[in-house]
Amino acid sequence: MSLNITINKKPVTAEKGEYILDTLERNGIKIPTLCHMKEMLPSGACRMCLVEIEGSGKLITSCSYPVEEGMSILTHSPRVINARKTIVELLLSNHPDDCLFCSRNKNCELQSLSEELDVRQRRIIGKKNNYSLDISGLSLTRDPDKCILCGRCIRECEEIIGVSAIDFSFRGSKTIVGTSFNKGLNTSSCVNCGQCLMVCPTGAISEKSHLNQVIEAISNPEMQVIVQYAPAISVSLAEEFGLEAGRDINGIMNAALRKIGFNRVFDTSFAADLTIMEEASELLHRIEDKKPLPMFTSCCPSWVKYVEEFWPAMLPNLSTCKSPQQMMGSIIKNYYSKVEKTDPAKIYSVAVMPCTAKKFEAQREEMSTNGMADVNAVLTTRELAKLIRIFGIDINKLQPEPADSPLGTRTSAGKIFGVSGGVMEAALRTAHFVITGKELNEHRFAQLRGFQGIKETKVKVGDMELNVAVVNGLGYALPLMEIIASGKSNIHFIEVMTCKGGCIAGGGQHIGANTDAIIARGKRLHDIDERESINVSHLNPQVMELYNKFLGKPLGETSHEYLHTNYSKREVLK
Amino acid sequence: MDKLELILQEYQGAKRDSLIPMLQDIQESEGFLSENSIVKVGNILHLPTSKIYGVATFYNQFRFQPNGKFHIQVCRGTACHVLGSSTVLKEIEKKLKIKAGQTTRDGLFSIEIVACIGACGLAPVISINGQFFAKVTIDSLTEIIESFRNKEK
Repeated sequence: MSLNITINKKPVTAEKGEYILDTLERNGIKIPTLCHMKEMLPSGACRMCLVEIEGSGKLITSCSYPVEEGMSILTHSPRVINARKTIVELLLSNHPDDCLFCSRNKNCELQSLSEELDVRQRRIIGKKNNYSLDISGLSLTRDPDKCILCGRCIRECEEIIGVSAIDFSFRGSKTIVGTSFNKGLNTSSCVNCGQCLMVCPTGAISEKSHLNQVIEAISNPEMQVIVQYAPAISVSLAEEFGLEAGRDINGIMNAALRKIGFNRVFDTSFAADLTIMEEASELLHRIEDKKPLPMFTSCCPSWVKYVEEFWPAMLPNLSTCKSPQQMMGSIIKNYYSKVEKTDPAKIYSVAVMPCTAKKFEAQREEMSTNGMADVNAVLTTRELAKLIRIFGIDINKLQPEPADSPLGTRTSAGKIFGVSGGVMEAALRTAHFVITGKELNEHRFAQLRGFQGIKETKVKVGDMELNVAVVNGLGYALPLMEIIASGKSNIHFIEVMTCKGGCIAGGGQHIGANTDAIIARGKRLHDIDERESINVSHLNPQVMELYNKFLGKPLGETSHEYLHTNYSKREVLK
Repeated sequence: MDKLELILQEYQGAKRDSLIPMLQDIQESEGFLSENSIVKVGNILHLPTSKIYGVATFYNQFRFQPNGKFHIQVCRGTACHVLGSSTVLKEIEKKLKIKAGQTTRDGLFSIEIVACIGACGLAPVISINGQFFAKVTIDSLTEIIESFRNKEK
C-alpha cells in the first residue's frame, strides 16, 4: 500500500511500513547517519538522522520511524540542522582531535560530518577521554578515546560474525566499548576479522600496521624482500586510488611493487592452486579412509580461530592444509631459497592481504619452520596503497608487468579464492579430476556463487555424490555447526569465509565501499575465470613443476612437512 | 560441591532473562563476580561474557573484586551530597589509593558507593561493615581508617 506524504512541502508517495530514512534516500535526499547499518534493524542511538515532523513539534529519528499517511517531513529546517550540528559538537567535545595523526584522517565519518555541517568552532568543551590503547591483539588496535559509541562494531561482531568479543560496558559518560573484564583483545574471543574496523566511523579500531618493518626491510641491502599478494587484491586496490570498483590492476600492481623495491613479486593465487592440489587430495583421502567428515576449509584464519575457540571438538574436521598465504611463505623460505641459493634467514617475506586476521595467522607458532616465521609481515590492501603513496609512485604512469617466476603463475581457479564459493569451486574441479581422471563438463557452480549466507549443492563425481556447502559470513556457521555436531548432516565438504562475500570484502580492504563495489570485485574475479583458458589448479604448469622438483606428490611426506599443520583448542574469554 | 556450583545448578536450563538474578545470587554468596563465575554463567545462559560484563558494569551493585575485610560504604544520597560526600569519597579513595568498587592489595579495605543508607540526619555518613560513622570530616576519616587498620595489627 502506498502512502501520501510531503517532504519539504513537496508531495511524495511512500510505501507503508518503510522507514522515513529509506523514503528520503529513494527521493535523493541525503540524511547524515552514524549508528545506522543497512539491512539491520535500526538502533536510533546516535540521533544524527533527525527530521522534523510538521505539526507534531517533534524531532524524530528517521532511521527508526515508519512513514505515516499525511506526514509532513522537514529534512533540513533550521531546527533540524541546528540539532544535527549540536550532536556533532557534543561528539567532538570529548574527542581527542588528533585527526592529523589518525589512521582514518580523510576517511572518517565524524570528520566529514563536522565538515558537512560546517562546524567551525569548539562550542562545547568537555573532559577529554583518557583511556589506554589496547595494543594486545596481533591484528587490531583499539583506541577507546576515539570511539563515539555508535555501537556498529558491536552489532557487526554479534549479528554478522557471531562472535560478540566486544560490547558496551559501564554506564552514562563512563560507557566504553570493550571486551569482557576490559582485558586485551588478545585474550578475548576476537577472531581478528576486522569487520568492526570496516564499520567503525572513526579511528577507534585500526589494523596493526606492519608498514615500518616492511620499509626497513626494503632499505636493508642484506635482505631479499619477497612479496606475495592475495587473489582479491588486484581487483580491490584500484578503489584506494579513486578508480572504479572492480577494476583489475594486477599488472600495474606488479610494476608498483617492483618500483617500491621488492626483489621478487609472487602471486598468492599460485599457492591457492597448490592448496587445491593438497585439499582435493585430502578430501578424497578422508572419504576413502572414513576420516572425520565433513571436511572444513582452513584458508580463513578467522574461521580457524573460531573453531579453536568455540568448536574444539570439530578440530579434526578442519583441513590440515595451511592457508595459501602460509603455503607460499613456507615454499619461499624452504624451496625458493634453495633455488636462489639464498640463506632463508636473509629472506624477508611480505604478504599483501585483504585481511587483518592474516597478520595474526602469520605470527602463529604453527606457521614457522625451525623457529623462523614463514611470513614476516602482512600488509592490508590499505597499507599497500599507503606504501605506494609513501614511495611516490604514480600508478597512472606505470606499464603493466607480469609477476615473477616460478611462484607467480596462477590459474583462474586460484584467482577465484577471493570470492565466497571460489575455494569450493576450485576444489571441486580438481577433486573431480583426481577421482575420475576426467575434467568436469561444467566448471561453473552457479549455486555456490552469490551473497546468500549458506549455499549448498550436490555434485556427481564418478559414481559418488558429493554434498558440499559454502558458508558466506561467519555468523551463518553456527546453525550449520549445530546440525553437524548432532550428527544429522550428510555434507562432505564445507567452505567457510568469515567476511560476507569472501576476501573481496575482507577487513583489510578499502573502507567505505558499498555493496555494489563488493559485488563488482567479485564479478571481476568471475570474469577472469570466464575469460582465461586454464581454469583448474592441476593444470598450473609451475605447480606441477614444484611437485616434480620438490614436493613429490600431494599429501606426500614433503607436503606434510611444509604445507600442512594441526590446530588445537584455544582457551579465551568467550 | 561449592556454593557457586549449587547456585549454577539451580539455574540449569534458565534463559537470558535470569541473568541479573543469577549475578545477584552469585555476588550474595561470593561477595563479588569473578571471571570464572561469569564464564560459567555464560555457559548456562548461552551468552557471551562481553555481554554479561556489560550488563554487570551497568549496575553499581556488582563488584569484580572480593570485598575487603573492612567494607566501606560511602553514602552518595542527596542529603550526604549536599553536605560534601563527594569530598568524603575522594578523600577515602586518596587515603586507600583505590577507586570505588576496588579493594586494597592487602585485602583490608574496599569501597562501595551506595545511594542512600537512610541516615540523612547523620550526613555525610559512611558505614564500615555495618557500623555507621556520622558527620565525617577529613580529620575524622583519618582516625576512623587508622582505627580499623590498627585492629588488624
